Amino acid sequence: METPAIIARRINFFFGLRVAASRSVRVLPRDLALIIPTLIVPIFFFAVTIGALSNLAQGANLEIDYKAFQLPVAILTAVTGVSRAGALVIDIQQGYFDRLMLTPLNRYSILLGLMIADLVVFIILSVPVVALGLIVGVRFETGILGILVFIGLGALWGLVYTGFPYAMALFTGNPTAVNNSFLLFFPFIFLTTAWVPKENLSGWLSSVATLNPVTYILEGLRSLFLEWDALELGKALLAIAGIGIAAQSLAFWGLIKRSRTD
Amino acid sequence: MEFAIYCKNLCRSFGEIQAVKSLTLGIKRGEIYGFLGPNGAGKTTSLRMLSTLLKPTSGEGWVAGHDISKEPELVRLKIGTTLQEASLDNILTGRETLTYQGRYYGLSQNQIQTRIDELAPLLDMDAIDRRVKTYSGGMKRRLDVAASLIHNPEVLFLDEPTTGLDPVSRIKVWEEIRQLNSNYNITIFLTTQYLDEADQLADRVGILSGGEILTEGSPEELKRKIGKDVICVRVGENGASGTSNGSGENGENNKSDRQELLDALGKVSGVSSVDEQPGELLIGAENGTAVLGEVAVILKGSSEDVIEISLRSPTLDEVFLEATGYRIKTHEDEPTSTEETQTVENLKN
Ligand SMILES: Nc1ncnc2c1ncn2[C@@H]1O[C@H](COP(=O)(O)OP(=O)(O)OP(=O)(O)O)[C@@H](O)[C@H]1O
Ligand SMILES: [Mg+2]
Repeated sequence: METPAIIARRINFFFGLRVAASRSVRVLPRDLALIIPTLIVPIFFFAVTIGALSNLAQGANLEIDYKAFQLPVAILTAVTGVSRAGALVIDIQQGYFDRLMLTPLNRYSILLGLMIADLVVFIILSVPVVALGLIVGVRFETGILGILVFIGLGALWGLVYTGFPYAMALFTGNPTAVNNSFLLFFPFIFLTTAWVPKENLSGWLSSVATLNPVTYILEGLRSLFLEWDALELGKALLAIAGIGIAAQSLAFWGLIKRSRTD
Repeated sequence: MEFAIYCKNLCRSFGEIQAVKSLTLGIKRGEIYGFLGPNGAGKTTSLRMLSTLLKPTSGEGWVAGHDISKEPELVRLKIGTTLQEASLDNILTGRETLTYQGRYYGLSQNQIQTRIDELAPLLDMDAIDRRVKTYSGGMKRRLDVAASLIHNPEVLFLDEPTTGLDPVSRIKVWEEIRQLNSNYNITIFLTTQYLDEADQLADRVGILSGGEILTEGSPEELKRKIGKDVICVRVGENGASGTSNGSGENGENNKSDRQELLDALGKVSGVSSVDEQPGELLIGAENGTAVLGEVAVILKGSSEDVIEISLRSPTLDEVFLEATGYRIKTHEDEPTSTEETQTVENLKN
């Protein structure tokens, strides 16, 4: 009997992650129809808000220019809720997820691989938004490094938030549920200092904004226009971490549930 | 004897439904085992348990030397599985599908290329660089099977590998299954709803119904259980009307004529059974040739409109009928084993 020379071997976690990420990244250009619209919406909003509200905002006491004030809102709306969860639902629906479950590939690397593709998308989405900001005259006193931290924080936020759509994908296997997980973000962004500074928010809105973690992310991003402020950045990171732990726990719980064999 | 697949009292329930009831199997290395059963028999559930996708409710199993419940990761390295539903990513090309699949099993780029060349007969090489979403159902099916083979598994699980394929594709898949089995001694566990498939491919067949194996053996053994030969008489719809012995047009006379005929046939010495099926009479006999003459004479004297008489070995269909009490579908309408078929056409001129 002939013995086949080629036999399967166990791959380590990091190699598995690389392979899973490679598949997710490779198909990105084939999914451009899904990525482009997510870019148009925040840019449109940014243009409209700075155009329409700049004059109104002149009365408010802003430390920074209103265009700069709005740029963090634009970057957060660009990345929030964007994820490859739609691709994961399709994997589940077309049976590819079962195929992956039959391989020795570590199941966590399936989800982490998708998130690496998300990071690539976030960079693709953030760069034009920030570039537009610079073109209309937004200045970072913290320099190039400040711009990188700005994009990095935005991407980090986008990444932790993917936990919600991935959890939806894994628990329901339903594409509509995934698309709707973006809606979760709306109350969060409205009930913040997204459009006016805290001093100008009315009583109850002001208290809600104080409790809302997204407020601190916005403030942290805004601090980068002025100077390096460890406290503001620290609060932003803490807010991201808090929501991140909640969102990602849901996603990994969903993954464990989906890949259970009983 | 080392079994490639062995399980004992494997059970699986989904809430109230007992999908698989106490499955005990021993499949030898290098064997092709066919699991034959109708819709809902528990074929997929059994296969998913053995291939580690589903935990048994109770019972134990070993595949390729490893415990399916305790060492599923080790089992997965040694098995290939093609599920009943396609499990492909439509956005990838055929080549990418195979390449990623190889990567998951730790194969190098060169090894993957070698395997793609080896699997070429199964693949549509013209379409290998096209996206899977442009493939036809049959092309997808064959890519699915090829992907499950990329890492040279010791045991291959195939859930209804040819359902939905055209005859040419089906024969290609059968060919490949035989080749894999004979060239690499791969143990193959396949499920099917088709008798001809089990008959053609399997060394051993288990007939499954309601989550239980009703009978098991080689196709030949199973057929032998029924009796040696079958004389198959095809009769016209309104056979007994307007014929020599002048019976009337009404159905009652037909019925009694038919009953008389069946009784007469049953009395022929050497005939072991007479079975009435829509459009045909099946006469079981130890030695078909010996009784064929006498049977023909009786038929000629009857009011039946005989279209065709043929002599053949029993089919798995009849085995299935005997085991479960009902018929199962075949790919074609033709008899599944055609060796030694004698046809007497237009007996009545
Ligand atoms: N996930 C599930 N949840 C509930 N019931 C299930 C599940 N999977 C299978 N069943 C039930 O178990 C029984 C056996 O199903 P199974 O899929 O194993 O049959 P099968 O022989 O593969 O049928 P088919 O030829 O249609 O593929 C059926 O009654 C089915 O309804
Ligand atoms: Mg099935």
